[in-house]
Amino acid sequence: MARCMSLLASSRMLTRPRMSLAFTCPTQILTGIVPGKAAQQCLRWVSAAPMLVLAGCGDRQSALHAHGANARRILDLIWSFSAVAGATWLLVMLVLAAALLRRRLSETTRSPLEIDSHQERRFAQAVGSAMALTVLALVMMTTASFFAGKSIASLSGTETLAVRITGHQWWWEVRYPGDDRSQSIVTANEIHVPVGEPVEVELDSLDVIHSFWVPNLAGKRDLIPGRPSQLTLIADKPGTYRGQCAEFCGYQHAHMAITVIAESREAFEAWQSRQNAVASAPGGEEERRGQQAFLSTGCALCHTIRGTPASGTVGPDLTHLASRRALAADTLAMTPGALAAWIADPQSIKPGAKMPRIALSADDLNAVVTYLGSLE
Amino acid sequence: MSGIAGKPAEHTQEALKGIRDTGLEEVRLRTFLAPAWRTPKGLYGWLVTVDHKLIGRRYIVTAFLFLILAGLSALAMRFQLAQPEAGHIGPDLYNQLFTMHGTTMMFLFAVPVMEAFAIYLVPLMIGTRNVAFPRLNAFSYWVYLSGGLMIWIAFAFETGADAGWFSYVPLAGPEYGIGKRPDFWAQMVTYTEVSALAVAVEIIATVFKQRAPGMSLDRIPLYVWSVLVTAFVILFAMPAVMVSSTMLILDRLVGTKFFDPAAGGDALLWQHLFWFFGHPEVYIIFIPATGFVSAILPTFVRRPVFGYLGIVLSLIAIGFLSFGLWVHHMFATGLPQLGESFFTASSMMIAIPSGIQIFCWIATIWGGRPIFATPMLFVLGFIFTFVIGGLTGVMVASVPIDLQVHDTYFVVAHFHYVLVGGAVFPLLGAVYYWFPKITGRMLSERLGRWNFWLVFLGFNLTFFPMHILGLQGMPRRVYTYPPASGWGEMNLFISLSSLVVFAGFALFFLNLLLSLRNGRIAGDNPWGASTLEWATTSPPPSYDFSRLPVVTHREPLWAEPDVLPVVEGLRVDAREVLAGTVADAVPQVRVPSADNSIWPLLSAIAVGGAFFGSIYTPWAVVWGAIPVSIGFICWFWPKGEPEDEE
Repeated sequence: MARCMSLLASSRMLTRPRMSLAFTCPTQILTGIVPGKAAQQCLRWVSAAPMLVLAGCGDRQSALHAHGANARRILDLIWSFSAVAGATWLLVMLVLAAALLRRRLSETTRSPLEIDSHQERRFAQAVGSAMALTVLALVMMTTASFFAGKSIASLSGTETLAVRITGHQWWWEVRYPGDDRSQSIVTANEIHVPVGEPVEVELDSLDVIHSFWVPNLAGKRDLIPGRPSQLTLIADKPGTYRGQCAEFCGYQHAHMAITVIAESREAFEAWQSRQNAVASAPGGEEERRGQQAFLSTGCALCHTIRGTPASGTVGPDLTHLASRRALAADTLAMTPGALAAWIADPQSIKPGAKMPRIALSADDLNAVVTYLGSLE
Repeated sequence: MSGIAGKPAEHTQEALKGIRDTGLEEVRLRTFLAPAWRTPKGLYGWLVTVDHKLIGRRYIVTAFLFLILAGLSALAMRFQLAQPEAGHIGPDLYNQLFTMHGTTMMFLFAVPVMEAFAIYLVPLMIGTRNVAFPRLNAFSYWVYLSGGLMIWIAFAFETGADAGWFSYVPLAGPEYGIGKRPDFWAQMVTYTEVSALAVAVEIIATVFKQRAPGMSLDRIPLYVWSVLVTAFVILFAMPAVMVSSTMLILDRLVGTKFFDPAAGGDALLWQHLFWFFGHPEVYIIFIPATGFVSAILPTFVRRPVFGYLGIVLSLIAIGFLSFGLWVHHMFATGLPQLGESFFTASSMMIAIPSGIQIFCWIATIWGGRPIFATPMLFVLGFIFTFVIGGLTGVMVASVPIDLQVHDTYFVVAHFHYVLVGGAVFPLLGAVYYWFPKITGRMLSERLGRWNFWLVFLGFNLTFFPMHILGLQGMPRRVYTYPPASGWGEMNLFISLSSLVVFAGFALFFLNLLLSLRNGRIAGDNPWGASTLEWATTSPPPSYDFSRLPVVTHREPLWAEPDVLPVVEGLRVDAREVLAGTVADAVPQVRVPSADNSIWPLLSAIAVGGAFFGSIYTPWAVVWGAIPVSIGFICWFWPKGEPEDEE
């Protein structure tokens, strides 16, 4: 197995620089940033490509920028398969071109049934050899795929932390089970993980099928109601990694994203202890009014704010809403303006979402926004 | 045996019944055959006909109309996706559009159009006068038409299916399916599967029993082999989806709990049943397309296909293997590693027979002298794109790779390379190739070349970037995406390229319309091809051949360039075809062939009504059974006609 992996690694070394030109930032190619004039300029662009990669595609949601062991093994496999596929295609096309363009004796009157038996024998040999090569390539690829799968599977069982994710139409419920109730964390659409540590993600769904997919870190895994499953995530370096539901799940499948934040163990633990706490009490008059409005207008029927009577379980837990980076499963950035817009009219921002429009006076709306904005 | 080929003198038993064709001169023969096989004029004739050519032709036209609808929905989706967070089409309509696009392309275009060509061509290529069970053939068309109309009329009334062409439960189930949308989808599946099964049965019976004398198994044209294998795949695959769509209807209508995990059902069961059909479905579309290639290629390189036996065995191998791959649509659901590896291996294995075919075709080109007419261009375009689709297929067969690319645009790119490159290109080639036979006129070569290059380039510019988009993390079936994703420019490029494909198809339809009126007169065999359909007139008479041909060679028209040997001894005053042995096509009996009838149409209406009603109430099955029974009883009412004759 070790030998096979090293084989993969070497093919990756061979193919990656070329591939990164062809694949990584093709938007630049398509939009014509390539200075077209001279080969020299082209060369300069080629040498600048890695920088473009860093600057342009950095931590965007992409399977081509692997920042975890799981995703990296798959990416290696993708490159080696692409290399074999590319070479095969080129070979077939060359033979086809030769077959079409080769010089022929001008015997135009020949009947179509006059077959050269010598040539037929050579064809049989050629097709036979091509077949043998195909079988060989397929056996190699199957083996490589098998060992990559095995190595990914070997990640599980080493986890230091468990996160329980439940899919909902169209958001992610995130729980960190603790030893007792007071130590467990409930949040939504955002996972914090300590960098470099394998994390077990337990997946389940309560409505339809979803699929948990953070391409920079790992391959996807479906959340099927009635069939809990799990996945192991490792993030190699600190950063923010976007993921998205990958199984069509209805109206707002497009707006069902999740963010994985990988940070140092200390930062993670600090976050954990902040999340553990109940919500802070409203600080000023405006916040108190916001809390009142929140509790009295129906928001509390669906949302929980620990430390207040609000204990609904239909929508995301809002206890530390303001500590999160985005709203409505990464539909909007977390700003007071966005929060106000979302509460005022969720249906025009995310049509079909389960959050209804609640009639609030302008003052109440501002107060609710101020209150929720204080829930760090 | 009376008056069989090569023994024209033997007409001693002639006096038996009716007038035989033995010794009749050609002109008189035709004056007898024409009324016997005639379809009445006007609307009534249109409704009662059982002529495989008329039914095949209307099947083809209908399938292409559905192609236009599905293509326009694709264009609407590309309009919405051209920019991030665009607001042209909301999620409700978008979800209906992509569902209707996939459903229509698979169920109402690709499978039916392949069957349609088989219905038209098979009797001509094997030298008989109609398919076996001609009325079943008419019935199958009407059922198909009503299923297609039903789902599109529902779409027009905002009840378009919106849970994807795969309609996964629970999203399509009783709790989460919206209104009657999934029910229309499920019943449309039932309609089209009934019609597909009917055609499969006809094709198998026709090919097994009605081949021209002398057309032993090793002389069957490769195209006919391909549709025969396809028919068997249909026979075994379609029941799975009919069962599952019926279970879905039952879950939704009468509260059975097949797919409800809370009540002991299983959401994953749907996926197994659906893909057990869904993967062979791809080959139901692809195998006949390889048949087109094997039919077109020899004509335009002027030599028989190399490796006939290898290709036949490959077709059969693909047919079998296609049933062992379905789980590769479900890798992300989480399977034990051993199970995954099995399906990876079987998925990769299907590349072997597909590879053999490609290699044999290239050898054929090598040994021949290519003529670059439009059908040939499409064949070459097919090899170019299909090989890419096949290779990306090997990539998605790998479990780890699939876990990254599954349900992303990479897979969208992959299967469009396989289905458009692998099936639609040969299909367009087939239209250019057989249009002269069907209509008597040639399509314009000039427009044809424009058509080919626009579709070919437009297709590759549209779909190749999708591989990259998928690897960059863009999932499928999203109605929009955030600007920060960085997918915007490439999506714009793709949307613009899709206009080129659109222009190419517009040209295709323009060419059809113009050439139908003004195309050059084709003659019997404009391409100098070798198979039997080119031995009769263009378009063929209602009885296909005035005398049934006798086959002495795999390429009959090249082996007997002047006059084909023919059979004598068939009745001319009534519809009669010849049935022979399965392996060697030794004629055994003369079989009466069914006459025109209105009952297939009325039965189809009754069946369609029962299906439609069952969307709303289970009682429709009870009351609907009455008109269905009446229709079938009248259809099969014995008329005291003679049984098969030796």
